Amino acid sequence: MSAHDVVITGIGLVSSLGEGTDAHWQKLTATDAAPTVDAERYSPYSVHPLPEIDWGLQIAKRGDQRQMETWQRLGTYTAGLALDDAGIKTDEALCATMDMVVAAGGGERDGTVDNAILEASETRNDRDVLLNEKLTTELRPTLFLAQLSNLLAGNISIVHKVTGSSRTFMGEEGAGVSAVDTAAARIRSGQSTHVLVGGAFQTEHPDMLLGYELGGYLHRGPWKPVWQREGGEGGGVVSGSGAAFLVLESREHAEARGARIYATLGPVVSDLTRRRKQDLGEAIAGLLDKTNLPANGQLLAMSGASGAHAATKAEKAALERNPQLVARAFGTLTGHMKEAQFPFAVALAALAVNRKAGYPAFDAANEKAYEGTPRSVLATAIGYHYFEGLALVGAPD
Amino acid sequence: MAKYNDHLGRPIVAVTGIGVVTSLGVGKADNWAALTSGRSGIHKITRFPVEHLNTTIAGTVDFLPSSNKGASALTFELAERSGREAIAEAGLDTENFGGPLFLASPPVELDWHDRFALYLDGKEGSATDRLFTVARNLPSLDIFETSQFGSIAARLADEFGTRGLPITLSTACASGATAIQLGVEAIRRGECERALSIGADGSATAEALIRFSLLSALSTQNDVPEKASKPFSKDRDGFVLAEGSAALVLESLESAVARGATVLGILQGCGEKSDDFHRTRSKPDGSPAIGAVRAALADAGLGEDGIDYVNAHGTSTPENDKMEHLSLSTVFGERMRATPISSNKSMIGHTLSAAGAIEAAFSLLTMREGVIPPTINYDNADPAIELDVVPNKKREAQVSTVLSNSFGFGGQNTCLVMAREPV
Repeated sequence: MSAHDVVITGIGLVSSLGEGTDAHWQKLTATDAAPTVDAERYSPYSVHPLPEIDWGLQIAKRGDQRQMETWQRLGTYTAGLALDDAGIKTDEALCATMDMVVAAGGGERDGTVDNAILEASETRNDRDVLLNEKLTTELRPTLFLAQLSNLLAGNISIVHKVTGSSRTFMGEEGAGVSAVDTAAARIRSGQSTHVLVGGAFQTEHPDMLLGYELGGYLHRGPWKPVWQREGGEGGGVVSGSGAAFLVLESREHAEARGARIYATLGPVVSDLTRRRKQDLGEAIAGLLDKTNLPANGQLLAMSGASGAHAATKAEKAALERNPQLVARAFGTLTGHMKEAQFPFAVALAALAVNRKAGYPAFDAANEKAYEGTPRSVLATAIGYHYFEGLALVGAPD
Repeated sequence: MAKYNDHLGRPIVAVTGIGVVTSLGVGKADNWAALTSGRSGIHKITRFPVEHLNTTIAGTVDFLPSSNKGASALTFELAERSGREAIAEAGLDTENFGGPLFLASPPVELDWHDRFALYLDGKEGSATDRLFTVARNLPSLDIFETSQFGSIAARLADEFGTRGLPITLSTACASGATAIQLGVEAIRRGECERALSIGADGSATAEALIRFSLLSALSTQNDVPEKASKPFSKDRDGFVLAEGSAALVLESLESAVARGATVLGILQGCGEKSDDFHRTRSKPDGSPAIGAVRAALADAGLGEDGIDYVNAHGTSTPENDKMEHLSLSTVFGERMRATPISSNKSMIGHTLSAAGAIEAAFSLLTMREGVIPPTINYDNADPAIELDVVPNKKREAQVSTVLSNSFGFGGQNTCLVMAREPV
């Protein structure tokens, strides 16, 4: 234990299961936990949609809400939940010195304008001129900012006054891994005392689904749990809207202000495996070896597996090779939340440690029973296409 | 070994390799020759038609094989070119770099030409249905890769043999400086002996131009393209969209000395402070930019008298140049009038995600060559901005330390302090 240990003192969560730590804990520990799935709106694809959210609860000004599309609103809202949970939200001095690392993709384009351009393109050969004509007249001027990757962080600064430093990492699941890793490294080295870190993904927009399907990654047909999509129609991923933000602090900083400590954040390990040349399962096993797993007893693994066939199969094999590990693929219930997937996994791991209980199997046919009190929990995000990350979360004492 | 550690006991970070591509050319030599002779790379846009556009000029990089293949392909090629130049200059293996990669690059989106092609290949249903039906049956991953935010860095990591999970980042127009800052921090924390930081931006598409135009950010002085970017001038009316890239090989001084590498400069300090005022405008009192400058000076262990030259963010927008002047004169006081400051953007335009990296590269060359590149097009001084902008002609000067500013949408303010020699 050292003063610069990284501890988790705030968690903000939103997914199709609801919002906040309590709602997620209740839904995920219920023996009959069932996903919320919308199979109609983007048929043949299913998505796990956002719950009803009263944005005003975390984004007080309607003017601010209007400056964002749903993705930025979701992230800003969830960041507010985390700050609230950590007891920092109304502390201006703490927010002004707080660093921030956000994992982000891009925001929602104006589908109506885009589709009108596509339809007009059928009768025009001068498509570049068509683009100029339509985009100059039909784009809402501020939409660009509502889409821009780093403007999620920008809006968090504006709405929640988090203004120490602000970095936005991009790159699917890997962005979430690097964001958590970098935030933790800053704290361990004494560079930061408290950091807001997380990401959001709003899948309910055709372009967000297209981002997977251009690579043939989406599952089609009836919904199935993550581990059961192999051999099904399509690529295996069912996406979900959601967000996860964490407040990380040095132990010293958290204890000095009397903050509640959920858990410690131990090693974060990551890599870019050259999957065409190298066996992914073995690479994941190699990362597990670097994670300093506890020697004895069952170890709960909150798996961010996406369902993508090759990556999910490799992760399953790697996790099964270690009989100690008890996997819980939470994507079965939340869907795949891309940049938010790893922060979400870390958050669920921290909750289990904090509540001193495991999660029941989300897919009893593929997930072992877990008994006991988790003192350490593993979090994983093995990217559907590339990037791999693991973290070990531990009990606070 | 105190001489390898800085005033806070951290490893001193040296620069041992530099690579640059801008609209002025490929490589440091061509760029430096053009920059010091006051040549502009801004020209009329030929990449796409300019009908209906208010701005018809840009600093696009039109001379690479990928120049007409979309933002993703061009951004990759720009990053690859400058990365290769930097690693080679550092005398390291261009296929086995052996340190982490930090890439500042623009957020990706499906290119319109691909969107059109997908749509037109589809036969039935709504526009959306057509895109999906074609998408899931694509024979290759080429278009998919352009839609993934991490794919350019993943390709670069493969090609250069960088270590670990590459980081792709965006802090808008400060991105290039942030990429350098992340590399500096990784070395200072002892995570690695060297890092490759690249800023690359090949995203000057029609849509990008239109978006900035709708925010009234761009110059519309189209008639004489090379005269449009006029930082600190009274008649400045916006920035000129541009492309380019720069790469720095950052290395602990100890590692650089141990392997006998030439030290090109020192990355002495980094500072940042975010702004909570507005999505595109700065807080009227300039306090976040002031905070970023002060944080960079403190990180570098320098006082207000420690800077010989400022490489300005200097975008040529009415707002930026006014705020930058306010911030600098607040930090440096009277001293600022006598401190030379120039804007590379007067010649290369605003290279967005790459700007901070390109301008850091030019700052290092300024110290090494003892020549300050000018701010061109300075014919009509803004009386409200009293600065020595090194007007129109280069100046020979001994420069030991440089402050390079980068400010971006979303309240991003990042400043770098570079030195010629270790302190």
